[in-house]
Amino acid sequence: MASKLSGILAAAKAENRAALIGYLPAGFPTVDGGIRAINALIEGGCDVVEVGLPHSDPVLDGAVIQTADDIALRGGVRIKDVLRTVQEVATAHPEAAVLVMTYWNPVERYGTARFAADLAAAGGTGCILPDLPVEESEEWRKAADAHGLDTVFVVAPSSKDKRLAEVTAAGSGFVYAAAVMGVTGTRTQVGSLAEDLVARTRATTDLPVCVGLGVSNAEQAAEVAGFADGVIVGSAFVKRILDADGDEPAALAAVRAVAGELAEGVRRR
Amino acid sequence: MSEKDYLPGAQVPDARGYFGAYGGRFIPEALVAAVEQVAEEYEKAKADPAFAAELDGLLKDYTGRPSPLTDVHRFSAEAGGARILLKREDLNHTGSHKINNVLGQALLTRRMGKTRIIAETGAGQHGVATATACALFGFDCTIYMGEVDTQRQALNVARMRMLGAEVVAVKSGSRTLKDAINEAFRDWVANVDSTHYLFGTVAGPHPFPMMVRDFHRIIGVEARQQVLDRTGRLPDAVVACVGGGSNAMGIFHEFIPDADVRLIGCEAAGEGADTPRHAATLTKGDPGVLHGSRTYVLQDEDGQTIESHSISAGLDYPGVGPEHAWLKDTGRAEYRPVTDDAAMQALRLLSRTEGIIPAIESAHALAGALELGRELGPEATILVSLSGRGDKDMHTAAQYFGLYDEQPAADDAGNGGK
Repeated sequence: MASKLSGILAAAKAENRAALIGYLPAGFPTVDGGIRAINALIEGGCDVVEVGLPHSDPVLDGAVIQTADDIALRGGVRIKDVLRTVQEVATAHPEAAVLVMTYWNPVERYGTARFAADLAAAGGTGCILPDLPVEESEEWRKAADAHGLDTVFVVAPSSKDKRLAEVTAAGSGFVYAAAVMGVTGTRTQVGSLAEDLVARTRATTDLPVCVGLGVSNAEQAAEVAGFADGVIVGSAFVKRILDADGDEPAALAAVRAVAGELAEGVRRR
Repeated sequence: MSEKDYLPGAQVPDARGYFGAYGGRFIPEALVAAVEQVAEEYEKAKADPAFAAELDGLLKDYTGRPSPLTDVHRFSAEAGGARILLKREDLNHTGSHKINNVLGQALLTRRMGKTRIIAETGAGQHGVATATACALFGFDCTIYMGEVDTQRQALNVARMRMLGAEVVAVKSGSRTLKDAINEAFRDWVANVDSTHYLFGTVAGPHPFPMMVRDFHRIIGVEARQQVLDRTGRLPDAVVACVGGGSNAMGIFHEFIPDADVRLIGCEAAGEGADTPRHAATLTKGDPGVLHGSRTYVLQDEDGQTIESHSISAGLDYPGVGPEHAWLKDTGRAEYRPVTDDAAMQALRLLSRTEGIIPAIESAHALAGALELGRELGPEATILVSLSGRGDKDMHTAAQYFGLYDEQPAADDAGNGGK
């Protein structure tokens, strides 16, 4: 049976557009404020949202998301708050798919099977685990499969073709193509590595291929939408909330507006 | 550098880098190709006699190996009369054991055709050794060091810069070794084509725990023979400090098959293992994943890393190498917490009884040896890894013991506080 996530991505494809996937950490700037911000992503035009689980050691994140994670953790965000965020967003927006993006240790510590069960019960549709390579993922995938959760794996420009085939064979939902080599953060140019990576990935799988790391405006979103099935945006949203400096109405309006611009971009094929 | 079975039936690590339940490779996809390249190149290098010959030459003529074994009679008198022998890694070029691993990985970097090296450092000893090798081989060099550590180990920051390295003070998180490693990983993900991450301890993703151990095995190989030649028998115990655990793995490894030789790792207990301010990962931590491998980690119930604290920058780390986790669980090695104060007292004692000023890291092992000697009595022989010299720690020690005529301004670090 196709998952909810697969259905949403297929619907975007049927409309001849790329999907828009937005990321924000839970608990940023507060748990309830974070829920409102993620709802605003969807209201602005995101088809799918990734709820980040803030971590003490975000080794794959640039300064913007590190700052957000710090704020969330200093505010006392817990895994149960992340799950409540998923639940409230999924309840408010049944039309969207809600994923969790997290470093691996919090899941292992919480209990792999328990986390999968609680995420599914909260209405989450899957997980992205950027520091859990396929070789270490068997226990998680069993738990995810048991609860109908998708597992989205990341591929990188440095992934060789044989490796791409192994990674895409293990994943479901979509494939997350990291467009440039580096940590998260907005960039002025979308890497030229992205198009080649998407083409090489497509050769190994029928899963949709969505591109992340670096997109921050409608022009870039349109460019990526020209060759990918989805556009993933995170730091650009986080930055708007940081820039609002505690003014929540301004932060929500900014996030909604950026999502709207990007949603227009992904339709400009 | 042959691999060997060292518990009956166990070949560790296994092909996936596991020591029992610990180790593995928890890394982002962007680093998989680079880490596999390191693993493949290391296997090729191990099979290449020219690699071993070049490394042996460097260890002898550049580092000054073999390092001596020193009987410390006056110090031993304070340890219940047990005979204490120091393996003098402090006398290596650059002043610590770290150079053993750095030279091995520098040769590997050249084989891989990379031109830039990055590294993390806590006390600065790995950073200095790395900057030294980069000067020798002509590599670009960037060292990541927590801001707290750049202050309390300022001498080593100056040494690294004198050697031509860029030193980046890391201001995120606890601003110590853990955060320096995070920042080095971020650099590596972005620059992996040109850059080798010269990891400095027996942690991180496979093959680093195995490879770094192998490059430090020479400590134990030399020491075991030196003790046999000197005393006619094996020591009763081998004692080393453990932060990430590289000098300890280096001196322990050759003794693992010697079941009668106790292996004792001394962790930094800071203000006390039962206070919130310590770095006693194996004593107080739980299994988890940090910096690319499964091991013991100081963490909360949500899997967030807890900040560690130690007067010693080199031991101030909330993780530990996975092989130590495995040695602990199998019971082959024991791990004891040693407080800041016990380490500082041992530092002063060795200085005043033997004329040897040890690094604060190594002083944790000396404190452990004093305690153990009193337990074992005068018939015992204890081999201690004196992993580094204490020049870099003189500011901290001077403040701790009030050695300055007038105290410098109180706004700098070096008092173990953060």
